Amino acid sequence: MLKKFLGTAAVMTLIASPVAADVKIGFVTTLTTPVAVIGKDMRDAVELAMEHIGGKMAGENVEIVYADDEFNSQKGKQATERLVLRDNVDIVAGYIWSNVLLASAPVVLNANKILISANAGPSPLAGAQCNANFFNIAWQNDQTPMALGELLNQQGVKSLYLVAPNYAAGQNMVAGVERTFKGKVVGKDMTVWPSQRDWSAELSKVKAAKPDGVFTFYPGPAGPAFIKQYQQAGLEGKVPLYSVYTLDSISLPLFQKAGMETVLGTKMTQFWAPDLDNAANKKFVSDFRKKYGRYPSFYAAQSYDSIMFIKSGVEAVGGDIDNIDGMRAALKKVDFDSVRGDFKMGNNHFPIQNFYERTVVKDADGNWTTAVGRAVLTDHQDTYANQCKM
Amino acid sequence: MDYVLVTEQFLNGFQLGIILFLMAAGLTLVFGIMDLVNLAHGSMFMIGAFVGGTITLVTGSFILGVVLMIPSMLVIGMVVEMTTLRTLYPRDHLDHVLATFGLILFFNEATRLIWGPEGLVVPLPALLDGTVALGAGITYPVYRIVIITVGLAVALCLYILVSRTRIGMLIRAGASNRTMAGALGVNIPMLFSIVFGIGAVLAGLAGLIITPITAAQIGMGEDVLILAFVVIVIGGIGSIRGAFIASIVTGVIDTMGRSFLDVFLLLFLPENAAESAGPALSSMLIYVLMAAILFFRPQGLFPPKGAG
Repeated sequence: MLKKFLGTAAVMTLIASPVAADVKIGFVTTLTTPVAVIGKDMRDAVELAMEHIGGKMAGENVEIVYADDEFNSQKGKQATERLVLRDNVDIVAGYIWSNVLLASAPVVLNANKILISANAGPSPLAGAQCNANFFNIAWQNDQTPMALGELLNQQGVKSLYLVAPNYAAGQNMVAGVERTFKGKVVGKDMTVWPSQRDWSAELSKVKAAKPDGVFTFYPGPAGPAFIKQYQQAGLEGKVPLYSVYTLDSISLPLFQKAGMETVLGTKMTQFWAPDLDNAANKKFVSDFRKKYGRYPSFYAAQSYDSIMFIKSGVEAVGGDIDNIDGMRAALKKVDFDSVRGDFKMGNNHFPIQNFYERTVVKDADGNWTTAVGRAVLTDHQDTYANQCKM
Repeated sequence: MDYVLVTEQFLNGFQLGIILFLMAAGLTLVFGIMDLVNLAHGSMFMIGAFVGGTITLVTGSFILGVVLMIPSMLVIGMVVEMTTLRTLYPRDHLDHVLATFGLILFFNEATRLIWGPEGLVVPLPALLDGTVALGAGITYPVYRIVIITVGLAVALCLYILVSRTRIGMLIRAGASNRTMAGALGVNIPMLFSIVFGIGAVLAGLAGLIITPITAAQIGMGEDVLILAFVVIVIGGIGSIRGAFIASIVTGVIDTMGRSFLDVFLLLFLPENAAESAGPALSSMLIYVLMAAILFFRPQGLFPPKGAG
């Protein structure tokens, strides 16, 4: 019995590490805690990307080592240390949370390895603390809300109330909207993150302030909760709600299941949408839906792009992963078919790209998704780029 | 400052207080009577939300979800008490903390395995979904009024149960002198199971009743648990009356702080400083209150008679 067990264990170890990998990529995301649902979406996208490239870059075998940040900057930093020091990965990618990325970045950069953010885009890394080895494949935190501020101007919103969580990304989002929004900000509440899940006090203040619109940013499962309470407070239909990173392919099915029709028609801005018309995106979205039976979220799109981005770099140096200088030069060129269409890398290694209006709609099969509108900002570069000496 | 906003914020605070009371009532009974530090009380909050939420989604009726959740939580609570906690009573508080922390990890992981990481969104019946005008320009969500009403009704039932019924008498007897009550023929282990079961039902009710507002999440009980501990320390450990009053006070202070502290700070601070200091200070307010109570009245505001 014991022998049989040991035998099985040995076989399982063999299955777990089939061949020695030539390119080892560490991928840090959140795999536990309630927000693990985002990490799952990212991991699914990475797996799909690996399938599309046949597990190879420039003929070399690729291995992805996933690590869990536990939604905590300290734990994220430790996970990064393990990837860099113990697993000796060649490239580190991932990172949902700005605070986790800010804590972890020095670990990777001090080891002279390439770091690619698949989501978080905190301002310090785009500005004064920019680094030759750091690339962001998503966006700088302020950009999407800046597009939203522009959208508000176009929609004729004159007075705005802001409600967002009080942490690095929340502050960036609010700053972004305030930078482009030309009307009057009549109120602003920064709430305790991530523990506060009841916004009754803030929503009462919104009601009293009577703004033309409300801006919010609550990523992950907090978003649906906020929008439900917004509806229950009787604000839905009276004051239009505008959001960034709050309604996505993860939360929309939950709204659909609960029959909360009022989110239909809600507007947001984003650099990508599932129905954005280009070949790479069509392949990504249709294969993702085929494999997992749901729409990919923007987190998934960015994670998929991260792998393709890394592949373009590895191929440019012919698989010689130790040629960091060559990799860097190749990555700066952005020589791959992104699911968002063409874009460029700025001097600070953050994308210069379009931001589109998205509206929540039902698709042909009745699934809730978003319809992409026109570009609100085109070839937009973040405002911190000029603080970067690179 | 307009009175409509103040009234609404007071109601918001009151409603938060009610949720805290449902949590704290069970916690204070278990801590006061069984002398058990039960960190897993937050897990009961979460399980109540998930079990009741699932029943609601399957049957399509929130009322049925609440009704069927009660016996389920009673059973779950009593099973947990009989299988795990019973062995812990003779041990010291540090062992309680360790073991019940283990229970938190167990329940969180079990919930993830059963329901997946994304949680549950539970819709409200159309009847409760909306706002009602309370007169004088005040409109308030119907559902939050329902929470307040249910909470007050539970508080009344609990008061009658503890002070007017036989089981309440036994609970009080067990609380003031466990050995003596046992010697007089009271089945102490059974009594403790029932107390724990009642605590689990109350926590589960709190979790389920808040779910249509916040959605059910893994680990949702932990933040409420911390506030509930603050409440029972302020109210006096083992006292239901203390828990009730302290809950309402805590809820109202917390909400008022969140809504008006930044306006207040603006009077003598520049805008930027007030904006960032406001949320930080308001989340500290109730802990400041607790520290003050511990300093002037370490036994809490309403310690139960004969405890010690």
